[in-house]
Amino acid sequence: MIAQSGVSLVDQWLESYWLVLVVKAAVVLVFFLTAPLAVGYVEHKVLAHMQARLGPMYAGRFHGWAQLVADGVKFVQKEDIIPSAADRWVFSLAPAVALVPYIAVLVVIPFSDEAFILNLDVGIFFVMAITSITVIGVLMAGWASANKFSLIGALRAAAQLIAYELPLVLAAAAVAMQAATLSLIGIVEAQDRYWFVLSQPIGFFIFMIASLAELTRPPFDMPIADSEIIFGAYTEYSGLKFAFFLLAEYGGIVVLSAIASVLFLGGYQALPGMDAIPAPLWMAAKIGALAFVIIWLRATYPRLRADQLQRLSWLVLIPLALLQIMGVAVLKVAV
Amino acid sequence: MAIDEKDVRTAEEPKATGLGLVKGLGVTLKHALRPSITQQYPEEKPDLPARTRGVIALKQENCTVCYKCARECPDWCIYIDAHKETHDPASGGKGRSMKVLDRFAIDFALCMYCGICVEVCPFDALFWSREFEYSEHEIAELTHEKEKLEEWTYTVLPPPELEEGAEGPAADEGAA
Repeated sequence: MIAQSGVSLVDQWLESYWLVLVVKAAVVLVFFLTAPLAVGYVEHKVLAHMQARLGPMYAGRFHGWAQLVADGVKFVQKEDIIPSAADRWVFSLAPAVALVPYIAVLVVIPFSDEAFILNLDVGIFFVMAITSITVIGVLMAGWASANKFSLIGALRAAAQLIAYELPLVLAAAAVAMQAATLSLIGIVEAQDRYWFVLSQPIGFFIFMIASLAELTRPPFDMPIADSEIIFGAYTEYSGLKFAFFLLAEYGGIVVLSAIASVLFLGGYQALPGMDAIPAPLWMAAKIGALAFVIIWLRATYPRLRADQLQRLSWLVLIPLALLQIMGVAVLKVAV
Repeated sequence: MAIDEKDVRTAEEPKATGLGLVKGLGVTLKHALRPSITQQYPEEKPDLPARTRGVIALKQENCTVCYKCARECPDWCIYIDAHKETHDPASGGKGRSMKVLDRFAIDFALCMYCGICVEVCPFDALFWSREFEYSEHEIAELTHEKEKLEEWTYTVLPPPELEEGAEGPAADEGAA
């Protein structure tokens, strides 16, 4: 069978609709269960070395590669506690609401012009819409826990995520305008000649900062600030439910790194003259590089205060993003 | 008293250039590229300095059973038993009596590693050793007798060289 670009590999190989569906779901699930573990392991190691430590060294014999697998086994064994005053249903549903959006976003991320699950025409719109659902999961967790720290954490998270959703969407919108398409594959193909980070460096900067805040990763980890409100909305969680929140965080790193590479770093496009390396590897390398930067920032910067967070978003990032959009629009019409 | 304005030093308000943020990234990256300083203890033995307060060792032949260490010990963790023996000198004359050590034990469960016994010993019978791996499952087994304490003297290191410009040992010590 001849490879066709623009058609998913699975669709080329298999005929049956249901078989295709099952294979695609399995691929997404396996990717979602392995990539965040890899990022988590790298975070352990990178943070450790930045602090002149070694990090995990025993699990799995070789440099503790199985540390997160061991952690997973530990979480499964733990008692699943639901506080007696908690709203049981909402409490139990919250981890799923936080986790599922990131799995759903993976569906539209292209790893080459053939290695993707679904090429949605409204790709970037879908991504932005779906990722913002995570906030609801965090709010549910905080509200249902019947714990003041959880509630404070959840409300901080809501305030922060709303504030940073806007620059995130505006930065992505500027890219969509330049690419003249909403499809993620279309956006990657539009970066054929040069990556959009060259034409929109400010947009890339805004997008990365907003992603960090969206993931409530340090230095924007006010909502889970463990030194003041224990663990924010996740305080009352234990066992697998807690593990799901962690998985959502690391899955979020993978997903937002992937979106950032698609929007600004040319996605699966190779650097000029290096076409020999297959496209999926380029995509993976870009995701890895951005994930490293996210971890690097965590090791470097102290936490921002709630008011500083809000000021940065509303007074710096959003005006900058709006200017960016205006600039792109003017150039788009003029050129 | 009025404060002289000239004496008040005010820190100059640093300009927010964002350069510090970049420098911070440089610092963490530099540390990530350096080898880490962790010593993987059970596999890798730590190289402790010569004056480490690991365990107290006893050189029995230097001990005159003066009981100074046992009396100075703040928590009474040194046990000493001795008896008197009289030896007739080969040249004849009156017999000389001396004390012979029967038991010298340190209870390391009580010891707080203050080192007063080592300091106070007038004949250099007690020493600090770097040895530290002598934990036990029973608290009673932490009381170590003179044979074990003697063994530890073989792990005692010579004192390190004095630092440049440091005051030497007191000159009148030998004369007194």
